[in-house]
Amino acid sequence: MPHSVSPGSAQNDDEMPDAPPVETSTETNVRLEDMFNDDDDDDEEFPASGDVKMESPSKEEPPAPTPSGVDPDIMLAFYQRLFPFRYLFQWLNHGIVPTKDFGNREFALTLQNDAYLRYQSYPTADLFRKDILKMNPSRFEIGPVYSTNPRDRKTLRGGQMKPVSKELVFDIDLTDYDDIRTCCVKANICAKCWAFVTMSIKVIDTALREDFGFEHILWVYSGRRGAHAWVCDPRARNLPDERRRAIAGYLEIVRGGSQSGKKVNIKRPLHPHIVRSLELLKHDFARTTLGDQDTFESAEQAERLLSLLPDKTLNESLRRKWDSSPDRASTSKWADIDSLAKTGKSSTLNPATLRDAKQDIVLEYTYPRLDAEVSKKMIHLLKSPFVIHPGTGRICVPIDPRNAENFDPLSVPTVMSLLAEIDEYDAKHPAGTAEADIPDVEGSAMNGSDIKGGRKVQDYEKTSLKPYIDFFRSFIAALIKEERAGKRERDDNGPAVKADPMEF
Amino acid sequence: MIRQDAHRIDPKRRAVIDPKKRQFATPTYKQQDYAHRLNIYEIPPTAEITLEQFEQWAIDRLKILAEIEACSYRNKSPAETESYITPLLQKFLPLSSNTSSPSGAADPRLKNERQKDHYSHFILRLAFSATEDLRRRFARAETMLFKFRFQKDDTREKRAFIDSLNLDWEPVGDFEKTEIAKNLLSSTPGLRGLEDETWYKVDWEKVPELVERRSIFLKKGKAYVPGREQLSMIVAEFTARLERALELTSRALPRLDEDDRLTPILNHLSKNFGSAESVYSEGEGYVDGSPITASSIDQLAQQHFPLCMKSLHVNLRKNNHLKHFGRLQYTLFLKGIGLSLEECILFWRQSFKGKTDDEFNSQYKYNIRHAYGEVGGDVNRRGKGYTPYSCQKILGDSNPGIGQTHGCPYRHYSVDNLVGFLQATGVSDKEVLRGVREDVGKMRYHIACNRVFEATHKNEIKKVKEDGSWSQTDLDTIVHPNTYFKRSYLLKQMSKAPKDA
Repeated sequence: MPHSVSPGSAQNDDEMPDAPPVETSTETNVRLEDMFNDDDDDDEEFPASGDVKMESPSKEEPPAPTPSGVDPDIMLAFYQRLFPFRYLFQWLNHGIVPTKDFGNREFALTLQNDAYLRYQSYPTADLFRKDILKMNPSRFEIGPVYSTNPRDRKTLRGGQMKPVSKELVFDIDLTDYDDIRTCCVKANICAKCWAFVTMSIKVIDTALREDFGFEHILWVYSGRRGAHAWVCDPRARNLPDERRRAIAGYLEIVRGGSQSGKKVNIKRPLHPHIVRSLELLKHDFARTTLGDQDTFESAEQAERLLSLLPDKTLNESLRRKWDSSPDRASTSKWADIDSLAKTGKSSTLNPATLRDAKQDIVLEYTYPRLDAEVSKKMIHLLKSPFVIHPGTGRICVPIDPRNAENFDPLSVPTVMSLLAEIDEYDAKHPAGTAEADIPDVEGSAMNGSDIKGGRKVQDYEKTSLKPYIDFFRSFIAALIKEERAGKRERDDNGPAVKADPMEF
Repeated sequence: MIRQDAHRIDPKRRAVIDPKKRQFATPTYKQQDYAHRLNIYEIPPTAEITLEQFEQWAIDRLKILAEIEACSYRNKSPAETESYITPLLQKFLPLSSNTSSPSGAADPRLKNERQKDHYSHFILRLAFSATEDLRRRFARAETMLFKFRFQKDDTREKRAFIDSLNLDWEPVGDFEKTEIAKNLLSSTPGLRGLEDETWYKVDWEKVPELVERRSIFLKKGKAYVPGREQLSMIVAEFTARLERALELTSRALPRLDEDDRLTPILNHLSKNFGSAESVYSEGEGYVDGSPITASSIDQLAQQHFPLCMKSLHVNLRKNNHLKHFGRLQYTLFLKGIGLSLEECILFWRQSFKGKTDDEFNSQYKYNIRHAYGEVGGDVNRRGKGYTPYSCQKILGDSNPGIGQTHGCPYRHYSVDNLVGFLQATGVSDKEVLRGVREDVGKMRYHIACNRVFEATHKNEIKKVKEDGSWSQTDLDTIVHPNTYFKRSYLLKQMSKAPKDA
């Protein structure tokens, strides 16, 4: 591998004699719920068939390169040359000087042999980078900031280590749409069904900003078939679990399991949030559900549609009409509902009920389906931005919510393409090659900074990862700016605070 | 560098009062005069009471809290709870309003009632702050009691009480009100007009209940609360303060380095609080006789499992898979009926037909062993894993999401699917189904489940009642899936075995 600087990895072992002991997956403090929170992801992680085929990596031998071509060497090269450790640090630290926000933050590493290390933490960006290079995890997740250093948890009596803050997170996964998407199932996605994620981003992002007043919302592509949101406002990070549950409840409209029947049951008059969401989703319903997905084309789905309509007589006439022309497109079927209702064949039909039912249907087929459990618990772990999805090799890049429509998950750079881009760039700019080949001492932890002797072109700047990292940087800059303003305000207020009445 | 004076006192720690004048300052601890009927319990009591009073008052309050908790476990409606609790309150913990006496708050009778309420609350705080679980339950029961009393308070006193709390509520101006009138109307259910309501703007965190139900208008992090939703806000405020205070009490508790006058009373009190919950006791649901094996589950499921477990079983057989929470609920139930760990692993292995051994071992086996307390933390292993879920736990957990199958069918299925499923499991009596529909409509899920139990075991129950072998307590309302199984199993055994029972 041209990119993996193998001496580096050997060196690293010696460099850190005080490295923490490696813990394995039989970690005793792991609670059942935590460990398997993601299980619905994992269940279908390795589909038996599909476009993206994967073999389940076997335990004993080092994992064979998957079809996406991500082997441990490539992973290592990625961490060494491209991963934005410094920005990730600044993002979680909310500033430049290391604080508890970063130091007491839990990281959970999934190693190449699938062992799962929880409760890792790092005082600084450099140590963080060093350890990641040493462990070379296939991915890692970010947990909450604890009241003490998570590594010290065994020295404390039970219950003393408490989570104190974490970004409010949301998880959208296309597998939750399997009953309404017709193009793909399970782990597979295409541009057609990605539209569901785009809609979700629009609706959730708008609600979080307008209703809850949050401003720093980072959307991240999850690497395969979903997206995560990290709400980073200080107010959101400090929410206790029951307030998180309130937000999740507020945003959750599509409810119920496989047996619940109608999944959208909302009161009238509609809440402003729902009115606004309907307004946002109206066109998506026409374009995606009726058009691209052509959801109601099959007899089975059409029957499901009928079961959601309120009037028996109307349903009868619709069913007759659709049975006579089996290939009728969804758009026409949807139009039929109104046209048949207008003919006034049914005496029992109430136009308002029909309108409400149609609104419910639009919501059921387009409204975001959140994995609410993820949002409700502070201790939930969520995959870090910019790691590689081991199945697809794609980078978990941020998505600009203002421009979510133009995000194409299938054109997100993969680790292989990025490394190739570096080579290409270096070939074109031979002057830079010499520099770039120097084993990366200060590391990508120093990405973008001015290294002595003039500004060196960073590896990520040679690739198509650049716009994503730039976006991330501007996001962090805005976050840190607010954080500073907030701190100054507190300091200004400080002396003015009257002494505690308890002290006299 | 500016040299700081080493002796400079941090401004927060600097005493504001001249030590010489300290004796004239208003003390923080003082005798309370109880101007209002309600109390948010900010200031601890300082006067002396006798040990007998200490114990008696605490026991009286505890009775009330235990009954309130029991009502919520039995899923009683607010109206039922009210009619049940009111006489008890009158007897053990009366609290009259100012208007009930000609001399108002100065009446010594009112004063005594309020003192008892105040003191008993703080005594129980001491007794229940020791563990997280007790704290949570205490806060919950106290909140319910407070809410109940607040609702019964008369309007004028309510207002006076609220004014005394100094809450951070910003009234909404008329201009802003008309500007967002449409949104306010559509987001606040049951509202006629805007004119007669005072609106307050508060941080949304203060009214999480309203936010969760989406019955409030939100804009940029502020919630627009109509005057009559004060209840929700006050209650939230009450809970928040109480939880914070309990947390502090628990930290101060080790310093209650006291002789043995109070400690035994306190310990005794906190132990007695446990009885109200429908806890799972060792051996519950476990039956003697032939050992239960993986291969007998199919048959048992059909005959003896409650509907929630039947539903899981049917789904498992249909999809050869269950999602995480379904697996957990079912595994714990199976553990409860006495299926051994080995058999349980075998059962799941056979049930997940689509998975390879590797997949099974890596993704699911640990889970099962963890539930049995075979692996995991010290606490988990010593406690032999998790206890099987009670109905209350199953009902109270979050709704099953898309594709999930855990939960209680009576609650989480739509009524039509529920009835369909009941019919599929052999409950076809029209009268029973009608009763179930009614119960579910009133959200009395327990009653519906017990109704089905009684219907399906009609003959056996009649028989044990007649020959007197089972007393009424053996036939009490079922509030645990494992009790359902055990009772069903025993009844069938009894009718099978000829006269030797």
